[in-house]
Amino acid sequence: MRLKFTLDNIFKVAAGIVAASAVVILLLNAYILISGSTIVLNRYGLDFITGTNWNPVTGRESFGVLPYILGTIVTSGIALLIGVPLSLGIAIFLVEMAPKAVRVPISYLVELLAAVPSVIFGLWGIFFLRFWILDYIEKPVNAYLGWIPIFSGTPQGLDIFTAGVILAIMIIPTVASVSKEVINAVPNSIREGAYSIGATKWEVIRHWVLSYGRSGIFGAVILGLGRAVGETMAVTMVIGNAVGPSAMPTSLFAPGQTLPSLIANGFLESPTPLEKSAYIGAGLVLLALSLLINVAAHTMVTRLIKVKGGTVE
Amino acid sequence: MNNINNEKMQSVNLNAWFGQKQVLKNINLSVKANAVTAIIGPSGCGKSTFIRTLNRMHELVPGAKMSGQILLDGQDIYRDDVDPVQIRRRVGMVFQKPNPFPTMSIYDNVAAGLRLTGAKKGQDLDEVVERSLKQATLWDEVKDDLQKSGTSISGGQQQRLCIARAIALKPEVILMDEPCSALDPIATAKIEELIVNLKEQYTVVIVTHNMQQASRVSDFTAFLYLGELIEFGPTRNIFEYPKNPLTEKYITGEFG
Repeated sequence: MRLKFTLDNIFKVAAGIVAASAVVILLLNAYILISGSTIVLNRYGLDFITGTNWNPVTGRESFGVLPYILGTIVTSGIALLIGVPLSLGIAIFLVEMAPKAVRVPISYLVELLAAVPSVIFGLWGIFFLRFWILDYIEKPVNAYLGWIPIFSGTPQGLDIFTAGVILAIMIIPTVASVSKEVINAVPNSIREGAYSIGATKWEVIRHWVLSYGRSGIFGAVILGLGRAVGETMAVTMVIGNAVGPSAMPTSLFAPGQTLPSLIANGFLESPTPLEKSAYIGAGLVLLALSLLINVAAHTMVTRLIKVKGGTVE
Repeated sequence: MNNINNEKMQSVNLNAWFGQKQVLKNINLSVKANAVTAIIGPSGCGKSTFIRTLNRMHELVPGAKMSGQILLDGQDIYRDDVDPVQIRRRVGMVFQKPNPFPTMSIYDNVAAGLRLTGAKKGQDLDEVVERSLKQATLWDEVKDDLQKSGTSISGGQQQRLCIARAIALKPEVILMDEPCSALDPIATAKIEELIVNLKEQYTVVIVTHNMQQASRVSDFTAFLYLGELIEFGPTRNIFEYPKNPLTEKYITGEFG
Protein backbone atom coordinates (compact mmCIF):
# COMPACT_ATOMS: atom_id res chain seq x y z
CA MET A 1 0.00 0.00 0.00
CA ARG A 2 1.40 3.36 -0.96
CA LEU A 3 0.71 6.42 1.11
CA LYS A 4 -0.85 9.11 -1.02
CA PHE A 5 0.12 12.70 -0.41
CA THR A 6 -3.37 13.99 0.09
CA LEU A 7 -4.06 16.92 2.36
CA ASP A 8 -5.83 14.53 4.72
CA ASN A 9 -2.82 12.24 5.07
CA ILE A 10 -0.43 15.13 5.59
CA PHE A 11 -2.69 16.45 8.31
CA LYS A 12 -2.89 13.01 9.92
CA VAL A 13 0.89 12.67 10.05
CA ALA A 14 1.34 16.22 11.35
CA ALA A 15 -1.24 15.67 14.08
CA GLY A 16 0.47 12.40 14.99
CA ILE A 17 3.83 14.13 15.35
CA VAL A 18 2.37 16.85 17.55
CA ALA A 19 0.62 14.27 19.73
CA ALA A 20 3.79 12.18 20.00
CA SER A 21 5.79 15.23 21.09
CA ALA A 22 3.93 15.24 24.41
CA VAL A 23 5.14 11.72 25.09
CA VAL A 24 8.64 12.51 23.83
CA ILE A 25 8.94 15.53 26.15
CA LEU A 26 7.90 13.48 29.17
CA LEU A 27 10.33 10.67 28.30
CA LEU A 28 13.13 13.16 27.61
CA ASN A 29 12.48 14.75 30.98
CA ALA A 30 12.60 11.42 32.74
CA TYR A 31 15.76 10.44 30.85
CA ILE A 32 17.61 13.64 31.81
CA LEU A 33 16.57 13.25 35.44
CA ILE A 34 17.51 9.57 35.58
CA SER A 35 20.87 9.98 33.84
CA GLY A 36 21.66 13.10 35.88
CA SER A 37 21.01 11.34 39.16
CA THR A 38 22.98 8.13 38.47
CA ILE A 39 25.97 9.37 40.49
CA VAL A 40 23.98 9.90 43.66
CA LEU A 41 21.79 6.84 43.17
CA ASN A 42 24.80 4.58 42.58
CA ARG A 43 26.47 5.85 45.69
CA TYR A 44 23.53 5.87 48.13
CA GLY A 45 21.02 3.53 46.53
CA LEU A 46 17.76 3.32 48.45
CA ASP A 47 19.31 5.40 51.26
CA PHE A 48 18.77 8.41 49.01
CA ILE A 49 15.01 7.96 49.49
CA THR A 50 15.00 6.84 53.13
CA GLY A 51 17.87 8.98 54.44
CA THR A 52 17.15 12.07 56.50
CA ASN A 53 20.46 13.90 56.38
CA TRP A 54 21.42 16.39 53.68
CA ASN A 55 24.99 17.62 53.95
CA PRO A 56 26.94 18.88 50.92
CA VAL A 57 30.15 19.65 52.82
CA THR A 58 33.04 17.81 51.10
CA GLY A 59 34.23 14.87 53.11
CA ARG A 60 31.01 14.70 55.13
CA GLU A 61 28.56 14.32 52.26
CA SER A 62 25.23 12.74 52.92
CA PHE A 63 22.13 13.02 50.79
CA GLY A 64 18.68 11.78 51.89
CA VAL A 65 15.40 13.26 50.67
CA LEU A 66 12.88 11.67 53.04
CA PRO A 67 12.19 14.89 55.02
CA TYR A 68 11.42 16.74 51.79
CA ILE A 69 9.16 14.01 50.44
CA LEU A 70 7.21 14.15 53.69
CA GLY A 71 7.33 17.96 53.71
CA THR A 72 5.81 17.99 50.23
CA ILE A 73 3.07 15.54 51.22
CA VAL A 74 2.22 17.33 54.47
CA THR A 75 2.07 20.85 52.98
CA SER A 76 -0.03 19.59 50.05
CA GLY A 77 -2.29 17.73 52.49
CA ILE A 78 -2.88 20.90 54.51
CA ALA A 79 -3.57 22.74 51.25
CA LEU A 80 -6.26 20.21 50.29
CA LEU A 81 -7.76 20.09 53.78
CA ILE A 82 -8.25 23.86 53.81
CA GLY A 83 -8.54 24.62 50.11
CA VAL A 84 -10.98 21.97 48.89
CA PRO A 85 -13.92 22.77 51.22
CA LEU A 86 -13.50 26.48 50.48
CA SER A 87 -13.33 25.84 46.75
CA LEU A 88 -16.42 23.64 46.81
CA GLY A 89 -18.24 26.29 48.83
CA ILE A 90 -17.35 28.91 46.24
CA ALA A 91 -18.38 26.66 43.35
CA ILE A 92 -21.70 25.69 44.97
CA PHE A 93 -22.49 29.28 45.86
CA LEU A 94 -21.73 30.53 42.36
CA VAL A 95 -23.77 27.89 40.52
CA GLU A 96 -26.61 27.10 42.89
CA MET A 97 -27.22 30.27 44.83
CA ALA A 98 -25.72 33.46 43.46
CA PRO A 99 -27.89 35.63 41.20
CA LYS A 100 -26.35 36.23 37.81
CA ALA A 101 -25.30 39.78 38.68
CA VAL A 102 -23.07 38.34 41.42
CA ARG A 103 -22.02 35.11 39.71
CA VAL A 104 -20.32 36.63 36.70
CA PRO A 105 -18.00 39.11 38.48
CA ILE A 106 -17.13 36.67 41.30
CA SER A 107 -16.35 33.85 38.86
CA TYR A 108 -14.10 36.23 36.98
CA LEU A 109 -12.31 37.31 40.17
CA VAL A 110 -11.77 33.69 41.27
CA GLU A 111 -10.24 32.88 37.90
CA LEU A 112 -8.13 36.04 38.09
CA LEU A 113 -6.66 34.69 41.33
CA ALA A 114 -5.07 31.93 39.24
CA ALA A 115 -3.24 34.57 37.22
CA VAL A 116 -1.48 36.04 40.26
CA PRO A 117 2.22 35.07 39.99
CA SER A 118 3.27 32.76 42.81
CA VAL A 119 6.02 35.13 43.93
CA ILE A 120 3.29 37.67 44.78
CA PHE A 121 1.65 35.10 47.04
CA GLY A 122 5.08 34.53 48.56
CA LEU A 123 5.58 38.23 49.23
CA TRP A 124 2.14 38.52 50.73
CA GLY A 125 2.86 35.48 52.88
CA ILE A 126 6.22 36.67 54.13
CA PHE A 127 5.18 40.28 54.87
CA PHE A 128 1.63 39.83 56.07
CA LEU A 129 0.05 36.39 56.30
CA ARG A 130 2.72 34.77 58.45
CA PHE A 131 2.29 37.35 61.22
CA TRP A 132 -1.45 36.98 61.10
CA ILE A 133 -1.17 33.18 61.24
CA LEU A 134 1.41 33.40 64.01
CA ASP A 135 -0.66 35.69 66.26
CA TYR A 136 -4.15 34.36 65.65
CA ILE A 137 -3.63 30.66 64.94
CA GLU A 138 -0.24 29.28 65.86
CA LYS A 139 0.34 30.98 69.23
CA PRO A 140 -3.14 30.23 70.64
CA VAL A 141 -3.16 26.67 69.31
CA ASN A 142 0.36 26.11 70.60
CA ALA A 143 -0.55 27.52 74.03
CA TYR A 144 -3.51 25.19 74.50
CA LEU A 145 -2.64 22.17 72.37
CA GLY A 146 1.14 22.38 72.42
CA TRP A 147 1.31 18.99 74.15
CA ILE A 148 0.18 17.37 70.88
CA PRO A 149 3.40 16.78 68.90
CA ILE A 150 2.14 18.31 65.65
CA PHE A 151 1.39 21.62 67.45
CA SER A 152 4.54 21.65 69.58
CA GLY A 153 7.62 23.88 69.46
CA THR A 154 8.03 27.65 69.36
CA PRO A 155 5.95 29.01 66.48
CA GLN A 156 7.73 31.52 64.24
CA GLY A 157 5.22 31.86 61.42
CA LEU A 158 7.67 30.69 58.78
CA ASP A 159 6.83 27.02 58.82
CA ILE A 160 4.99 24.08 57.32
CA PHE A 161 1.57 25.33 58.39
CA THR A 162 2.01 28.74 56.77
CA ALA A 163 3.25 27.07 53.59
CA GLY A 164 0.14 24.85 53.63
CA VAL A 165 -2.15 27.86 54.01
CA ILE A 166 -0.46 29.72 51.15
CA LEU A 167 -0.82 26.59 49.00
CA ALA A 168 -4.48 26.30 49.99
CA ILE A 169 -5.10 29.83 48.73
CA MET A 170 -3.17 29.10 45.56
CA ILE A 171 -5.14 25.98 44.65
CA ILE A 172 -8.54 27.61 45.26
CA PRO A 173 -8.87 29.19 41.81
CA THR A 174 -8.07 25.88 40.09
CA VAL A 175 -10.28 23.68 42.24
CA ALA A 176 -13.11 26.22 42.44
CA SER A 177 -13.32 27.02 38.74
CA VAL A 178 -13.12 23.39 37.60
CA SER A 179 -15.69 22.36 40.24
CA LYS A 180 -17.89 25.22 39.11
CA GLU A 181 -17.86 23.91 35.55
CA VAL A 182 -18.57 20.38 36.80
CA ILE A 183 -21.53 21.50 38.93
CA ASN A 184 -22.77 23.67 36.10
CA ALA A 185 -22.78 20.62 33.84
CA VAL A 186 -25.10 18.66 36.14
CA PRO A 187 -28.36 18.47 34.15
CA ASN A 188 -31.20 20.54 35.53
CA SER A 189 -33.53 17.56 35.08
CA ILE A 190 -31.70 15.85 37.94
CA ARG A 191 -32.24 18.81 40.25
CA GLU A 192 -35.92 18.97 39.25
CA GLY A 193 -36.36 15.25 39.87
CA ALA A 194 -34.88 15.64 43.33
CA TYR A 195 -37.02 18.68 44.16
CA SER A 196 -40.10 16.80 42.97
CA ILE A 197 -39.65 14.12 45.64
CA GLY A 198 -39.37 16.71 48.37
CA ALA A 199 -35.66 17.39 48.64
CA THR A 200 -34.55 20.68 50.15
CA LYS A 201 -31.97 22.81 48.39
CA TRP A 202 -29.25 21.51 50.69
CA GLU A 203 -30.28 17.90 50.03
CA VAL A 204 -30.36 18.48 46.28
CA ILE A 205 -26.79 19.80 46.41
CA ARG A 206 -25.48 17.19 48.80
CA HIS A 207 -27.12 14.01 47.53
CA TRP A 208 -27.60 14.78 43.86
CA VAL A 209 -25.40 17.56 42.50
CA LEU A 210 -22.20 16.55 44.32
CA SER A 211 -22.88 12.87 43.76
CA TYR A 212 -23.45 13.33 40.04
CA GLY A 213 -20.36 15.50 39.73
CA ARG A 214 -18.11 13.49 42.05
CA SER A 215 -15.67 12.20 39.44
CA GLY A 216 -15.29 15.67 37.96
CA ILE A 217 -14.82 17.22 41.38
CA PHE A 218 -12.26 14.55 42.21
CA GLY A 219 -10.45 15.53 39.04
CA ALA A 220 -10.52 19.17 40.15
CA VAL A 221 -9.00 18.19 43.50
CA ILE A 222 -6.22 16.26 41.77
CA LEU A 223 -5.46 19.26 39.57
CA GLY A 224 -5.18 21.33 42.73
CA LEU A 225 -2.98 18.69 44.36
CA GLY A 226 -0.71 18.70 41.33
CA ARG A 227 -0.33 22.44 41.66
CA ALA A 228 0.37 22.19 45.41
CA VAL A 229 2.97 19.44 45.02
CA GLY A 230 4.91 21.31 42.37
CA GLU A 231 4.59 24.87 43.71
CA THR A 232 8.05 26.28 44.36
CA MET A 233 8.41 30.02 44.78
CA ALA A 234 5.74 30.84 47.34
CA VAL A 235 6.62 27.79 49.44
CA THR A 236 10.32 28.58 49.38
CA MET A 237 9.55 32.05 50.72
CA VAL A 238 7.46 30.99 53.72
CA ILE A 239 8.38 27.43 54.73
CA GLY A 240 11.53 28.31 56.69
CA ASN A 241 13.80 26.11 54.54
CA ALA A 242 15.06 23.68 57.14
CA VAL A 243 17.76 21.29 55.94
CA GLY A 244 18.78 17.87 57.17
CA PRO A 245 17.11 15.86 59.95
CA SER A 246 15.45 19.01 61.37
CA ALA A 247 13.46 19.27 58.14
CA MET A 248 11.47 16.19 59.16
CA PRO A 249 7.90 17.49 59.47
CA THR A 250 7.26 16.49 63.09
CA SER A 251 5.49 19.71 64.05
CA LEU A 252 3.32 21.87 61.77
CA PHE A 253 4.70 24.93 63.56
CA ALA A 254 8.35 24.19 62.73
CA PRO A 255 10.31 25.16 59.62
CA GLY A 256 10.31 22.50 56.94
CA GLN A 257 11.19 21.97 53.32
CA THR A 258 9.56 20.53 50.23
CA LEU A 259 11.25 18.88 47.25
CA PRO A 260 10.70 21.93 45.00
CA SER A 261 11.94 24.39 47.65
CA LEU A 262 15.00 22.20 48.32
CA ILE A 263 15.94 22.29 44.65
CA ALA A 264 15.24 26.02 44.31
CA ASN A 265 17.33 26.82 47.40
CA GLY A 266 20.30 24.69 46.54
CA PHE A 267 20.76 24.96 42.87
CA LEU A 268 21.98 28.55 42.79
CA GLU A 269 25.34 27.67 44.27
CA SER A 270 27.94 25.96 42.14
CA PRO A 271 27.72 22.42 43.40
CA THR A 272 30.12 19.51 43.15
CA PRO A 273 29.12 16.80 40.63
CA LEU A 274 27.77 14.65 43.48
CA GLU A 275 25.73 17.50 44.96
CA LYS A 276 24.39 18.46 41.54
CA SER A 277 23.41 14.86 41.00
CA ALA A 278 21.62 14.87 44.38
CA TYR A 279 19.48 17.86 43.38
CA ILE A 280 18.62 16.22 40.07
CA GLY A 281 17.77 13.09 42.06
CA ALA A 282 15.39 15.16 44.19
CA GLY A 283 13.79 16.32 40.95
CA LEU A 284 13.41 12.71 39.83
CA VAL A 285 11.69 11.85 43.12
CA LEU A 286 9.38 14.85 42.69
CA LEU A 287 8.43 13.76 39.17
CA ALA A 288 7.81 10.21 40.39
CA LEU A 289 5.65 11.54 43.25
CA SER A 290 3.57 13.64 40.84
CA LEU A 291 3.10 10.70 38.47
CA LEU A 292 2.21 8.42 41.36
CA ILE A 293 -0.47 10.83 42.61
CA ASN A 294 -1.96 11.11 39.14
CA VAL A 295 -2.01 7.36 38.49
CA ALA A 296 -3.48 6.66 41.94
CA ALA A 297 -6.10 9.34 41.42
CA HIS A 298 -7.00 7.93 38.04
CA THR A 299 -7.53 4.40 39.34
CA MET A 300 -9.49 5.73 42.31
CA VAL A 301 -11.82 7.68 40.04
CA THR A 302 -12.53 4.62 37.87
CA ARG A 303 -13.10 2.40 40.89
CA LEU A 304 -15.36 4.94 42.57
CA ILE A 305 -17.57 5.12 39.51
CA LYS A 306 -17.68 1.37 38.92
CA VAL A 307 -18.53 0.50 42.50
CA LYS A 308 -21.27 3.06 43.14
CA GLY A 309 -22.77 4.01 39.82
CA GLY A 310 -23.16 0.77 37.95
CA THR A 311 -22.53 2.73 34.79
CA VAL A 312 -19.67 4.94 33.78
CA GLU A 313 -20.75 8.52 33.27
CA MET B 1 -63.29 10.17 51.68
CA ASN B 2 -62.63 11.43 48.19
CA ASN B 3 -65.55 10.91 45.88
CA ILE B 4 -65.73 11.81 42.24
CA ASN B 5 -67.32 15.20 42.96
CA ASN B 6 -64.57 16.25 45.32
CA GLU B 7 -62.34 19.05 44.20
CA LYS B 8 -58.82 18.03 45.07
CA MET B 9 -57.04 21.09 43.70
CA GLN B 10 -58.19 24.46 42.47
CA SER B 11 -56.49 27.38 40.84
CA VAL B 12 -58.04 30.71 41.71
CA ASN B 13 -57.29 33.80 39.59
CA LEU B 14 -53.91 32.32 38.76
CA ASN B 15 -51.44 34.48 36.84
CA ALA B 16 -47.83 33.54 36.12
CA TRP B 17 -44.87 35.32 34.59
CA PHE B 18 -41.35 34.62 33.41
CA GLY B 19 -39.64 37.97 33.87
CA GLN B 20 -41.89 40.48 32.09
CA LYS B 21 -43.69 37.87 29.98
CA GLN B 22 -47.06 36.79 31.28
CA VAL B 23 -47.59 33.09 30.52
CA LEU B 24 -50.81 32.40 32.44
CA LYS B 25 -53.77 34.77 32.58
CA ASN B 26 -56.38 34.48 35.28
CA ILE B 27 -56.79 30.71 35.26
CA ASN B 28 -59.68 29.31 37.32
CA LEU B 29 -59.78 25.54 37.16
CA SER B 30 -60.77 22.65 39.41
CA VAL B 31 -59.09 19.28 39.51
CA LYS B 32 -61.41 16.48 40.64
CA ALA B 33 -60.15 13.83 43.01
CA ASN B 34 -59.55 10.31 41.68
CA ALA B 35 -59.89 11.45 38.12
CA VAL B 36 -57.50 12.20 35.29
CA THR B 37 -57.50 15.82 34.19
CA ALA B 38 -55.77 16.56 30.91
CA ILE B 39 -54.36 19.94 29.99
CA ILE B 40 -54.13 20.37 26.22
CA GLY B 41 -53.11 23.21 23.96
CA PRO B 42 -50.48 24.20 21.41
CA SER B 43 -46.82 24.65 22.35
CA GLY B 44 -46.18 27.71 24.44
CA CYS B 45 -49.77 27.98 25.69
CA GLY B 46 -48.65 27.75 29.33
CA LYS B 47 -49.78 24.19 30.09
CA SER B 48 -46.43 23.12 31.56
CA THR B 49 -46.21 26.30 33.60
CA PHE B 50 -49.71 25.63 34.88
CA ILE B 51 -48.95 22.20 36.32
CA ARG B 52 -45.65 23.45 37.71
CA THR B 53 -47.57 25.97 39.80
CA LEU B 54 -49.51 23.05 41.32
CA ASN B 55 -46.49 21.69 43.23
CA ARG B 56 -44.48 24.91 43.54
CA MET B 57 -41.89 23.86 40.97
CA HIS B 58 -42.59 27.03 38.98
CA GLU B 59 -40.85 29.21 41.57
CA LEU B 60 -37.55 27.32 41.14
CA VAL B 61 -36.97 28.93 37.75
CA PRO B 62 -35.07 32.23 38.05
CA GLY B 63 -37.35 35.15 37.21
CA ALA B 64 -40.56 33.15 37.65
CA LYS B 65 -43.45 34.89 39.43
CA MET B 66 -47.10 34.13 40.09
CA SER B 67 -50.18 35.59 41.70
CA GLY B 68 -53.49 34.12 42.79
CA GLN B 69 -54.11 30.95 44.75
CA ILE B 70 -53.62 27.23 44.35
CA LEU B 71 -55.80 25.29 46.76
CA LEU B 72 -55.01 21.74 47.83
CA ASP B 73 -57.93 20.32 49.82
CA GLY B 74 -59.09 23.93 50.18
CA GLN B 75 -55.80 25.19 51.63
CA ASP B 76 -53.68 27.69 49.71
CA ILE B 77 -50.29 26.07 49.08
CA TYR B 78 -48.65 29.47 48.61
CA ARG B 79 -49.40 30.71 52.12
CA ASP B 80 -46.30 31.95 53.93
CA ASP B 81 -46.38 29.19 56.53
CA VAL B 82 -46.52 26.37 53.94
CA ASP B 83 -43.29 24.51 53.27
CA PRO B 84 -42.90 23.82 49.53
CA VAL B 85 -41.03 20.60 50.38
CA GLN B 86 -44.16 19.22 52.07
CA ILE B 87 -46.31 20.24 49.10
CA ARG B 88 -44.01 18.42 46.68
CA ARG B 89 -44.35 15.26 48.75
CA ARG B 90 -48.14 15.50 48.55
CA VAL B 91 -48.13 16.50 44.88
CA GLY B 92 -45.66 14.33 42.95
CA MET B 93 -44.38 14.93 39.46
CA VAL B 94 -43.29 13.02 36.37
CA PHE B 95 -41.37 14.95 33.75
CA GLN B 96 -41.34 15.16 29.97
CA LYS B 97 -37.99 13.42 29.59
CA PRO B 98 -37.47 10.41 31.87
CA ASN B 99 -35.03 11.64 34.52
CA PRO B 100 -34.13 8.75 36.83
CA PHE B 101 -31.13 9.57 39.00
CA PRO B 102 -28.14 8.18 37.06
CA THR B 103 -25.87 7.79 40.09
CA MET B 104 -28.45 5.65 41.92
CA SER B 105 -29.61 2.07 41.45
CA ILE B 106 -33.18 1.25 40.45
CA TYR B 107 -33.90 0.43 44.09
CA ASP B 108 -32.37 3.69 45.35
CA ASN B 109 -34.26 5.72 42.77
CA VAL B 110 -37.56 4.52 44.24
CA ALA B 111 -36.34 4.73 47.83
CA ALA B 112 -34.73 8.19 47.51
CA GLY B 113 -37.79 10.21 48.52
CA LEU B 114 -38.45 8.04 51.57
CA ARG B 115 -34.83 8.19 52.64
CA LEU B 116 -35.12 11.99 52.67
CA THR B 117 -37.86 11.64 55.26
CA GLY B 118 -35.54 9.53 57.41
CA ALA B 119 -36.62 6.03 56.38
CA LYS B 120 -33.88 3.51 57.07
CA LYS B 121 -32.85 0.44 55.18
CA GLY B 122 -34.79 -2.71 55.82
CA GLN B 123 -37.94 -4.58 55.17
CA ASP B 124 -40.28 -1.59 55.28
CA LEU B 125 -38.30 0.16 52.59
CA ASP B 126 -38.08 -3.07 50.57
CA GLU B 127 -41.86 -3.37 50.71
CA VAL B 128 -42.46 0.20 49.57
CA VAL B 129 -40.01 -0.21 46.69
CA GLU B 130 -41.67 -3.45 45.60
CA ARG B 131 -45.20 -2.07 45.93
CA SER B 132 -44.29 1.13 44.03
CA LEU B 133 -42.59 -0.76 41.21
CA LYS B 134 -45.56 -3.13 40.98
CA GLN B 135 -48.00 -0.23 40.80
CA ALA B 136 -45.87 1.29 38.06
CA THR B 137 -46.01 -2.14 36.28
CA LEU B 138 -42.24 -2.29 36.24
CA TRP B 139 -41.57 -4.88 38.96
CA ASP B 140 -41.56 -7.99 36.74
CA GLU B 141 -39.08 -6.40 34.35
CA VAL B 142 -36.55 -5.20 36.93
CA LYS B 143 -36.97 -7.37 40.03
CA ASP B 144 -33.71 -9.22 39.33
CA ASP B 145 -31.77 -6.04 38.51
CA LEU B 146 -32.68 -3.74 41.38
CA GLN B 147 -29.04 -2.84 41.96
CA LYS B 148 -28.45 -1.81 38.35
CA SER B 149 -28.25 1.87 37.52
CA GLY B 150 -31.52 3.71 37.03
CA THR B 151 -30.37 4.73 33.57
CA SER B 152 -29.46 1.21 32.42
CA ILE B 153 -33.06 0.42 31.37
CA SER B 154 -35.05 1.52 28.29
CA GLY B 155 -36.68 4.94 28.00
CA GLY B 156 -40.18 3.60 28.64
CA GLN B 157 -38.96 1.65 31.66
CA GLN B 158 -37.16 4.75 32.91
CA GLN B 159 -40.39 6.73 32.74
CA ARG B 160 -42.24 4.03 34.70
CA LEU B 161 -39.36 4.10 37.19
CA CYS B 162 -39.97 7.84 37.58
CA ILE B 163 -43.66 7.11 38.17
CA ALA B 164 -42.67 4.52 40.81
CA ARG B 165 -40.37 7.12 42.37
CA ALA B 166 -43.31 9.53 42.67
CA ILE B 167 -45.72 6.84 43.92
CA ALA B 168 -43.31 5.70 46.65
CA LEU B 169 -44.05 8.86 48.62
CA LYS B 170 -47.81 8.08 48.56
CA PRO B 171 -48.67 11.45 47.09
CA GLU B 172 -52.27 12.60 46.80
CA VAL B 173 -51.83 14.09 43.35
CA ILE B 174 -49.50 13.05 40.52
CA LEU B 175 -48.62 15.66 37.90
CA MET B 176 -47.38 14.45 34.53
CA ASP B 177 -45.77 16.85 32.08
CA GLU B 178 -46.06 15.24 28.63
CA PRO B 179 -44.84 11.94 30.07
CA CYS B 180 -44.90 10.08 26.73
CA SER B 181 -43.44 12.66 24.39
CA ALA B 182 -40.01 11.00 24.41
CA LEU B 183 -41.35 7.44 24.10
CA ASP B 184 -42.24 5.02 21.31
CA PRO B 185 -45.88 3.92 20.73
CA ILE B 186 -45.59 0.66 22.71
CA ALA B 187 -44.05 2.35 25.74
CA THR B 188 -46.66 5.09 25.40
CA ALA B 189 -49.50 2.55 25.46
CA LYS B 190 -48.13 1.01 28.66
CA ILE B 191 -47.92 4.38 30.39
CA GLU B 192 -51.41 5.33 29.27
CA GLU B 193 -52.81 2.12 30.69
CA LEU B 194 -50.94 2.84 33.89
CA ILE B 195 -52.37 6.38 34.12
CA VAL B 196 -55.91 5.05 33.92
CA ASN B 197 -55.16 2.58 36.73
CA LEU B 198 -53.49 5.22 38.89
CA LYS B 199 -56.65 7.26 39.32
CA GLU B 200 -58.11 4.62 41.62
CA GLN B 201 -55.69 5.79 44.29
CA TYR B 202 -54.45 9.15 43.09
CA THR B 203 -55.58 12.31 41.43
CA VAL B 204 -53.79 12.73 38.12
CA VAL B 205 -53.15 15.87 36.10
CA ILE B 206 -51.51 15.27 32.74
CA VAL B 207 -50.21 17.78 30.23
CA THR B 208 -50.24 16.51 26.67
CA HIS B 209 -50.05 17.88 23.17
CA ASN B 210 -51.48 14.63 21.90
CA MET B 211 -55.25 14.99 21.69
CA GLN B 212 -55.85 11.27 21.16
CA GLN B 213 -54.00 10.65 24.37
CA ALA B 214 -56.13 13.18 26.22
CA SER B 215 -59.31 11.57 24.92
CA ARG B 216 -58.07 8.06 25.79
CA VAL B 217 -56.92 8.63 29.36
CA SER B 218 -58.68 11.64 30.81
CA ASP B 219 -62.01 12.29 32.48
CA PHE B 220 -61.76 16.05 32.25
CA THR B 221 -59.97 18.21 29.73
CA ALA B 222 -58.86 21.82 29.87
CA PHE B 223 -57.89 23.66 26.70
CA LEU B 224 -55.33 26.41 27.16
CA TYR B 225 -54.46 28.89 24.46
CA LEU B 226 -51.95 31.76 24.77
CA GLY B 227 -52.06 31.56 28.55
CA GLU B 228 -55.84 31.62 28.83
CA LEU B 229 -58.21 28.84 29.78
CA ILE B 230 -60.48 28.62 26.76
CA GLU B 231 -62.65 25.70 27.74
CA PHE B 232 -62.87 23.14 30.52
CA GLY B 233 -65.26 20.24 31.07
CA PRO B 234 -65.72 16.49 30.88
CA THR B 235 -63.41 15.12 28.19
CA ARG B 236 -66.29 13.75 26.12
CA ASN B 237 -68.01 17.11 25.96
CA ILE B 238 -64.82 18.89 25.00
CA PHE B 239 -64.09 16.50 22.16
CA GLU B 240 -67.62 15.90 20.91
CA TYR B 241 -69.43 19.16 21.61
CA PRO B 242 -66.85 21.90 22.05
CA LYS B 243 -68.57 25.16 22.93
CA ASN B 244 -65.79 27.49 21.92
CA PRO B 245 -64.95 27.73 18.19
CA LEU B 246 -61.25 27.95 19.12
CA THR B 247 -61.45 24.59 20.91
CA GLU B 248 -63.18 23.06 17.92
CA LYS B 249 -60.50 24.38 15.58
CA TYR B 250 -57.76 22.96 17.79
CA ILE B 251 -59.21 19.49 18.26
CA THR B 252 -60.05 19.16 14.59
CA GLY B 253 -56.43 19.96 13.83
CA GLU B 254 -56.88 23.30 12.11
CA PHE B 255 -53.97 24.70 14.12
CA GLY B 256 -51.64 23.43 16.79
